Amino acid sequence: MDHVAIADERGLELHEPASFITRYIWSQDHKVIAVQYGITAILVGLVALALSAMMRLQLAFPNSFSFIAPGDYYQFITMHGMIMIVYLLTALLLGGFGNYLIPLMIGARDMVFPYLNMLSYWVYLLSVIVLMASFFVSGGPTGAGWTLYPPQAISHGTPGADGGIILMLVSLAIFIVAFTMGGLNYVTTILQARTRGMTLMRLPLSVWGIFIATVLGLLAFPALFVSAVMMLLDHIAGTSFFMPALLSEGELTGHSGGSPILFQHLFWFFGHPEVYIVALPAFGIVSDLISTHARRNIFGYRMMVWAILAIGVLSFVVWAHHMYVSGMHPYFGFFFATTTLIIAVPTAIKVYNWVLTLWRGNIRLTVPMLFAIGFIFSFINGGLTGLYLGNVVVDLPLSDTYFVVGHFHMVMGVSPILVIFGAIYHWFPKITGRMLNDTLGKVHFWLTFLGTYAIYLPMHYLGFLGVPRRYYAMGDTEFIPESAQSLNVDITIAALVVAVVQLVFLVNLFWSLRYGKPAGGNPWDATTLEWQTPDTPPRHGNWGQELPTVYRWAYDYSVPGQEKDFIPQTVPPTEEESQEGTKP
Amino acid sequence: MNVNASAQDAETRMASLVNDWADDKEAFRVPWGKAMMWIFLVSDTFIFGSFLIGYMTVRMSSTEPWPLASEVFALTIFGVELPLILIAIMTFILISSSGTMAMAVNYGYRRERKKTAMLMLLTAVLGASFVGMQAFEWTKLIVEEGIRPWGNPLGAAQFGATFFMITGFHGLHVSAGVIYLLVVAIRVLKGRYEQQGKYEIVEIAGLYWHFVDLVWVFIFALFYLW
Repeated sequence: MDHVAIADERGLELHEPASFITRYIWSQDHKVIAVQYGITAILVGLVALALSAMMRLQLAFPNSFSFIAPGDYYQFITMHGMIMIVYLLTALLLGGFGNYLIPLMIGARDMVFPYLNMLSYWVYLLSVIVLMASFFVSGGPTGAGWTLYPPQAISHGTPGADGGIILMLVSLAIFIVAFTMGGLNYVTTILQARTRGMTLMRLPLSVWGIFIATVLGLLAFPALFVSAVMMLLDHIAGTSFFMPALLSEGELTGHSGGSPILFQHLFWFFGHPEVYIVALPAFGIVSDLISTHARRNIFGYRMMVWAILAIGVLSFVVWAHHMYVSGMHPYFGFFFATTTLIIAVPTAIKVYNWVLTLWRGNIRLTVPMLFAIGFIFSFINGGLTGLYLGNVVVDLPLSDTYFVVGHFHMVMGVSPILVIFGAIYHWFPKITGRMLNDTLGKVHFWLTFLGTYAIYLPMHYLGFLGVPRRYYAMGDTEFIPESAQSLNVDITIAALVVAVVQLVFLVNLFWSLRYGKPAGGNPWDATTLEWQTPDTPPRHGNWGQELPTVYRWAYDYSVPGQEKDFIPQTVPPTEEESQEGTKP
Repeated sequence: MNVNASAQDAETRMASLVNDWADDKEAFRVPWGKAMMWIFLVSDTFIFGSFLIGYMTVRMSSTEPWPLASEVFALTIFGVELPLILIAIMTFILISSSGTMAMAVNYGYRRERKKTAMLMLLTAVLGASFVGMQAFEWTKLIVEEGIRPWGNPLGAAQFGATFFMITGFHGLHVSAGVIYLLVVAIRVLKGRYEQQGKYEIVEIAGLYWHFVDLVWVFIFALFYLW
């Protein structure tokens, strides 16, 4: 707990770490920690990608693969979902982009407590190691589905019910500790360590999105923590929080009186805000990408900020729309359907504002811009199907079908991932000093974007047919026509193509690291602070001796009467501007 | 914080004055550590909130009888059965420790090093005795009443489960707080905060301690008075 105010202490010598280990491994520099988070998250995400490829192979060609038993299939599903949502998306967007962008965008030297920030990464790595260890314990990882519903998650007969589920719950608890350490830092840094002139209403929307998402995380992860502790006790200490009296394999389990629905409430009280923990940073980042590459100020900045806040608040009162078929009181469904549809309003405001920012913009179809526009498509698509599922009567027949799979992959799989790719193409020049290859980037974009549509659009149709999700193989089922099976083959081919295309991205990363075109300080002609650093990549302490001063909002693009089509936030107002009064 | 206007000519001085008016570096005029502790406590509130709501749900949906608080938590002293006597003492001690903590914060800001450290140590001792009595209470429940996390001869199995889980989790918080207070107290005594006058560290520890007390009030009400 050291209170050295490194963000604004002048004349204080900046200690640049000397050795390789203190600089790149036990580093307290937010930029290094961000890259560490990013690399770890991408590596663990590749594991999840491989798992999804195996699932697709099994679905397209049932009974052809001896190494995929039904139990394995459930383990793949579970691990794929949990890794992608928590260990990839949450960690990459908040631990990765949050760490990198917050201090640079608000003009701070680092997070307020760098040591805690470093711990956050190492504890996150520990949680990943514990999770990966579950692949190697007897019985393998848990196969309970990513929602880990009891009783079946901890009942005998579910894959990984002995060791896998314990490691999963322990790993989640550790992850929450890591997230809390990082999240406290992000929130405090944004609130307390902004540079001169950086008022809250001048923050770039990326920071707003990350900020509110972190607040959601700090309030939602406790529910997951509590449910993990209670389920661990049910499993290890024989308590009955979630376990009713059950007959298992002809014998009473010894549990009695627990409520499985209680788990679902706790889980989704975390699980729904989690959707927005992933979505809000993506919303913020994509706003900046669109504004920068369309050379136009973001449309309705204040509305965008209020929409982020409104979504954040509303996301805590919609959780039970995941539970319409759980057996909870039907009147709850009415309440939660209403709030769910209300949340569509601020979301729609954001979509309109993105489109209106593009309207008559000087659009540069750079790779980040392509990904940003791709996001608008996939997000509208996933958002609209969300309206179907938010209504109780429509949800009931569609629940647990491939329609749901298509919906949530579109809205919280493809959409944030497209933004993440766009963001990597956008900020890679700042992180490394070199541009990513444009041609490879465009190949990557088009195949990924069209490929994901080829995967998930047909799933909506499968859902309307009533094909249930989470089935290992359909077998001969009366109501599922032959065509569904051939569609499954097509989906699998598309999925494998998309999976392989990601290699192009990885090759691009490594190739450009070495041979990429030197980027210079501000290759995109962007206004925000991180592009105004004295060095690229920014050195330890980010700003040299003098912290930047901010004079304007982050979106002064194509201001009439100006020589250049962008004015960085650090440029003082001109005579005319100071007479009129600057923007917010 | 440090707004440096040194070595700047008059014009930039003017500009920086204007900037300071528009300046909004900090949302709250408090040190970083204090802001962070507040945010942490909000997050921790949600942990205890989830635990307690889970407990209420379990208790209300239980079909088996719940043990009577006045009987199960009673102690027989000199042949007289006194309901809730132990927990009354424990609660009194914990609330008192909040008082001594508040005094420590006060003396800290007055730069009275020894008094601050002594009051913090006293707070820690009171906290430790709270945990000790909690251990005594657990022992009584487990050994004499036969209550276990997985079962309970007096009725609903969830009584033992929720009681041990939530009071245990709270006890961990108190224990962690005792260690935290000891560390800060020793640093105060060594004069570590003297030079920069960073006595807000004492206050930050105090915030945590008051929070743990406040949580106890809810646990007390929901387990012992319901």
